[in-house]
Amino acid sequence: MTTDIQPSAVSPAQRVVKNLLRSRELAVAVVLVLLIAVTTIKSDSFLFGSTGWRDLLLTPSMLILLAVGQTCVIITRNVDLSVGSTMGLTAYLTGRLFIDTNLPIIAVVLAGVLMGAGLGLINGVLVAFGRVPALVITLGTMYIYRGAFLTWAGSDRINASDMPRAFKDLGTDSILGIPILTIVALAVLCAVGYYLRTARGGRELYAIGSDPDAAELYGLKVNRRILFAFVLSGALAGLAGVVSAARFGTVSSSVGTGIELEAVGAAVIGGVAIFGGSGTVWGAALGAFLLVTINRSLPVLGISGFWQQAVVGALIVGAIVLDRVLVNRQERALVAARDTRSGSTHQGPPSLAPVVPSSTPGSDSESEEVVR
Amino acid sequence: MTQAHQAGPVLELGDVTKSFGAVVALRSGSLTVDAGSIHALIGENGAGKSTLIKIVAGVHRRDGGVFRFQGQDVDFTSTAESKTAGIAVIYQEPTLFPDLSVVENIFMGRQPLGRGRRIDYGAMIDEAEALFARLGVHIDPRRPARGLSIADQQIIEIAKAISLDAALLIMDEPTAALSGVEVERLFAVARSLRDEGRGLVFISHRFEEVFDLCDTVTVMRDGTYVSTKKIAETTVDALVAEMVGREVADLFPKTEAEIGEVVLDVQGLSSAGQFHDVTFQVRAGEIVGLAGLVGAGRSEIARAVFGVDKYDAGRVELLGKPVPARRPRAAIKAGMAFVPEDRRKQGLVVEESVARNVAGVIRRGLTTAGLLTSRAENRAAGPWAGRLEVKTNALDMHATTMSGGNQQKVVIAKWLATEPKLLIIDEPTRGIDVGTKSEVHRLLSDLAGQGLAILMISSELPEVLGMADRVLVVCEGRITADIDRADATPENVMRAATNAAGTASTATDADVEVPA
Repeated sequence: MTTDIQPSAVSPAQRVVKNLLRSRELAVAVVLVLLIAVTTIKSDSFLFGSTGWRDLLLTPSMLILLAVGQTCVIITRNVDLSVGSTMGLTAYLTGRLFIDTNLPIIAVVLAGVLMGAGLGLINGVLVAFGRVPALVITLGTMYIYRGAFLTWAGSDRINASDMPRAFKDLGTDSILGIPILTIVALAVLCAVGYYLRTARGGRELYAIGSDPDAAELYGLKVNRRILFAFVLSGALAGLAGVVSAARFGTVSSSVGTGIELEAVGAAVIGGVAIFGGSGTVWGAALGAFLLVTINRSLPVLGISGFWQQAVVGALIVGAIVLDRVLVNRQERALVAARDTRSGSTHQGPPSLAPVVPSSTPGSDSESEEVVR
Repeated sequence: MTQAHQAGPVLELGDVTKSFGAVVALRSGSLTVDAGSIHALIGENGAGKSTLIKIVAGVHRRDGGVFRFQGQDVDFTSTAESKTAGIAVIYQEPTLFPDLSVVENIFMGRQPLGRGRRIDYGAMIDEAEALFARLGVHIDPRRPARGLSIADQQIIEIAKAISLDAALLIMDEPTAALSGVEVERLFAVARSLRDEGRGLVFISHRFEEVFDLCDTVTVMRDGTYVSTKKIAETTVDALVAEMVGREVADLFPKTEAEIGEVVLDVQGLSSAGQFHDVTFQVRAGEIVGLAGLVGAGRSEIARAVFGVDKYDAGRVELLGKPVPARRPRAAIKAGMAFVPEDRRKQGLVVEESVARNVAGVIRRGLTTAGLLTSRAENRAAGPWAGRLEVKTNALDMHATTMSGGNQQKVVIAKWLATEPKLLIIDEPTRGIDVGTKSEVHRLLSDLAGQGLAILMISSELPEVLGMADRVLVVCEGRITADIDRADATPENVMRAATNAAGTASTATDADVEVPA
């Protein structure tokens, strides 16, 4: 509605800039493209080498899976720190199943996903019904799952020779130049992104994170949704474990160590609010892509290890500061718009004025994002 | 659609009881709402109205008593169950999702679905616009709920409840933040819902609204059912007497106080987009009323004076000494006290005990060797809570379980404990019932009599006219009139509140309660 946000208050150019800033996905994508371009200029093989293109797409696939699951959890104002341990456990399970049984590949993949979902279910039950903060619960299960993994695997290590050829091929083959594992990650990303945008359940995840008390009063099934988010996060971590086994061909007891924080970082960089209620999996996936690519390209650019870590940290801090600034600015704009109109409800004669369809492009750019 | 004009009561509550720990919130709650009627539920603060409503809504479960809905015995364990059964509730305080759009706030959990169980955003927005048209308001359904005024938030709550197509609609003070026109529209919608054969429960502290809208009225007092009458067979005086169990002598017990020296001196205060060139003084013993429409900038001025919000130009002096901007702590030290409008969010630590809350601002003075003991807190809080007749059985009761009126008293007690020179109070009786209202008014009057300077922001015209020694009217961020008590009339205050150039047509939108 044109009356609600005065389009004349800002020039078109300003609005374009504002929208660009507000669209985190685009901003991250631009940084990513620049990074790839600069690195490729420095060293051709980064993109055009024999494995350059493949590695560029393949390496982020695991973190994308984890970041997508993490986003669903963070949106509900929770966090899942156990995904790294879950991923390690399922990677090892994958190897063991190939060694100990003759299950077909598809069954092994399913077993990994199911195990991840089961571990996620434990988290979800404890958080949703135990009413304990997710940070504490999943910190605990992170150690428990890792401990279980270490006990189970011992000093054992799964080697490439233990796994069938067809499975390892999944980690290297491509379709139309896109690695299969990347296609898997993108398919999951699209499915979850579609669900969060268009399904009632998906929207309720946002509602719960935005105001948990209000969600209860709305009669939403808060516990069930939170449980679902944790199960999804666990299942995707399980899938990530299988993907990791296929990608690297070996499984050691360090698989997935520390990756849970990378997943949180990817989500935050991608514009997912750490206190829930807003953000998209598209942004989180781009954040994951950016994080992985930074780690691969900074050595090419000749930047030392310390600075690699510092750059990642600066990105995360910068993302959060940017969020804060944007939210404050939006809030002030909305309040100012309200004051200059002396309230949207204080206008017009008391007759039932016609409601103007509010599809004027640009004029409601402030709010479109929220509906999306 | 639910069946129209079904005979018999929609809702029957009989001798419902509910306790929270040792506190009995509801001794014997009874309420029978007929289909096709609008039923007023009135009572003092803490009378148990909200508790009764929350039992119907499924927020709380009753300890005992009869609860029938549409002739069936029910026992809701969640809000989802009551919603599915056909009960819609508008709560006193809006409960919205700030990150989500207005339209999603209305339809969350029951969005219209298109092909493949996809949410049909187009249909959802059309439906929201139809609802807003029915309510006669203009709110962009696509904008986020964040930053909406309380009135707009309340409108969204109402749209949400109406869209539920419920057999029973409960409205817990829906008009507290609405303007006159909005109230009229809400009432028109309520009447049309009644004519469709639904039952409505309307909780309000404004008698003119009760008499205007409702056909039956039930009075509650101290958690107990008192009486049910046809609205035509009763009067305001009779209802007030039943609510308080005694005659309210005078709603505005204003006593003449000796006006002393200037306490607060504000010169040329400006903040872009909020208010401009605001200059006024408040003297000792004087109650200055800050009147105006909601959104005129009154609260913003108060917040800037107290140092919560920044301002671009101007200065604030207290007792001749400048008060620094943006430093509430310095303002408190200088002798200012500020009772905010939204007491649940800004005035109280609702999770904490009464004693902690009261002792909150003065805790530095209570410490022994840097440690704060509960005993010291209780000792400091006791006299204040007692003086204000806070109805809690213990100082360690949590503020969150108290009624609005008692919460307000705790907030006032908290500030009086700092022994301020200036009290800024924003909407002192918003959502507070008749009995407590006059207690709050008497308290303000007494405090002024003791030489306290009081700056009172109020949207209720009778309150401003009844309590203030001087009325300052704010319109669109500017002070447009300074009227003495003797000269102030509803007409000249209203005119000043709406006189900004070019917007005279909004005069009827006055968000003030014009005496009936």
